[in-house]
Amino acid sequence: MKRVVVTGQGTINALGIDVASTIQAMSESRCAIGQMEFTDINRLNIKIGGQIKNFDPKKYFKRQELSLYDRFTQFAVFAAREAILQSGLIFEGELSHYSGVVLGTAGGGLQTQDENYRAVYQEGKNRVHPFIVPRLMNNAAVSHVSLANNLKGPSFTVSTACASSNHAMGQAFNLVRSGAAQVMITGGSESMLCFGGIKAWEGLRVMSHDGCRPFCATRNGMVQGEGAAIFVFEEYEHARARGAFILAEISGFAMSSDAADIVMPSIGGARRAILAALKDAKMNPEEIGYINAHGTGTVANDKTEASAIKEVFKDHTKKLMVSSTKSMHGHLIGGTGAVELIACIAALKDGMIAPTVGYEKADPNCDLDIIPNHARDKKVSAVMSNAFAFGGLNAVIALRSI
Amino acid sequence: MTNAVQDKVIKIIAEQAMLDTSEVSIDMLIEDIGLDSLGLVEAIFSIEEYFEINIPFNANDPAASEFDVSKVKTIINAIEELVSAKDN
Repeated sequence: MKRVVVTGQGTINALGIDVASTIQAMSESRCAIGQMEFTDINRLNIKIGGQIKNFDPKKYFKRQELSLYDRFTQFAVFAAREAILQSGLIFEGELSHYSGVVLGTAGGGLQTQDENYRAVYQEGKNRVHPFIVPRLMNNAAVSHVSLANNLKGPSFTVSTACASSNHAMGQAFNLVRSGAAQVMITGGSESMLCFGGIKAWEGLRVMSHDGCRPFCATRNGMVQGEGAAIFVFEEYEHARARGAFILAEISGFAMSSDAADIVMPSIGGARRAILAALKDAKMNPEEIGYINAHGTGTVANDKTEASAIKEVFKDHTKKLMVSSTKSMHGHLIGGTGAVELIACIAALKDGMIAPTVGYEKADPNCDLDIIPNHARDKKVSAVMSNAFAFGGLNAVIALRSI
Repeated sequence: MTNAVQDKVIKIIAEQAMLDTSEVSIDMLIEDIGLDSLGLVEAIFSIEEYFEINIPFNANDPAASEFDVSKVKTIINAIEELVSAKDN
């Protein structure tokens, strides 16, 4: 089995439109959740989110590209540019045949669906733009990252709700580890901040109207975000041979299914995924210094996740730092694990432990060191990232410094 | 009217092909303008939207369409017919 390292990362999210500004914002414990702006927002009860407001796609894409790119594709292609540029890789010849793209998304081209359903149903329009299908398909982001960068190897989209990007990165990891690919571009993107996207979530009554406060006694639901994070996963010897700068090593990955309830999380499913990821990484629980939690800010997730962590890490839990950066960038659904991996890599590389902001009051069900409100400076050598999706599908990634 | 249709069609085609309108003349072949199949479909959509007409164009097999898209001129002629049919 080959070793897999990260040699590039890129992102766009409400905290920043690149990795440096995102990490800077996390280290300053900044919250990017605020009032959203889009058509018909006044018909929503939920008006807050982690919306990207300082991004003008016309500055970064040609007109023909924009006519084919839904916002979720724009985010993916944009973040992939930063990641691939950092890696220094140019995909040509053999390398391009052994390099592919696996990305997560839950909603795919939801902005395109929303706009065009509005046009045909609400406005009674009978003619639609010819590219609606290639814009809205869930694999559009993967395909455009592939064609923009000449990536001709294994490429596909993974859709497992809130765990999509963790599942995607796990597939990319295994493709490189098994030798099926030399380099994989992976991560996830999401753009659900539109009337239909938020209205559907509103119906579930799990959304907060005033903020995302994971693990806090006053938490009252999740807050959505949008954006993407993309990484370059590369076979270790390949990266070393070309003298690449290595950000971190992906050491393990595991998945599980609760098989219990379509929306309620289960301690057992979460625990099994965390344990299996440790086993896959050949790590002891005591080695883990930081966990980027799923930490959605819902009553059910946070207490379930805290219990699962305590069951796995036992006494080590006291020394374990656990934060949910969703409190700052919101829940990016199918892209969330990817943005959260930026925080994991910052912890390994810079000792910047991102905080859980908005924390007000202790919840005895969530008695973890959640890095309340202020980032911490602490060296760690191994970290994990949890994602527990609606549908009971869990995906956990383990990383170590190198 | 004729010139209005011609000017607008040339403007839409030029915009799709990333050219200046002065670079597109009515005698040019569509393939020489550098408009690919997606660009052509999008140009036809823009023309339909602007003139509020329906163009009988089949992207599966453009050559088989009643609508001749081989040249700028054939497109303009066909659109003029469709526009005047609508107006009458």
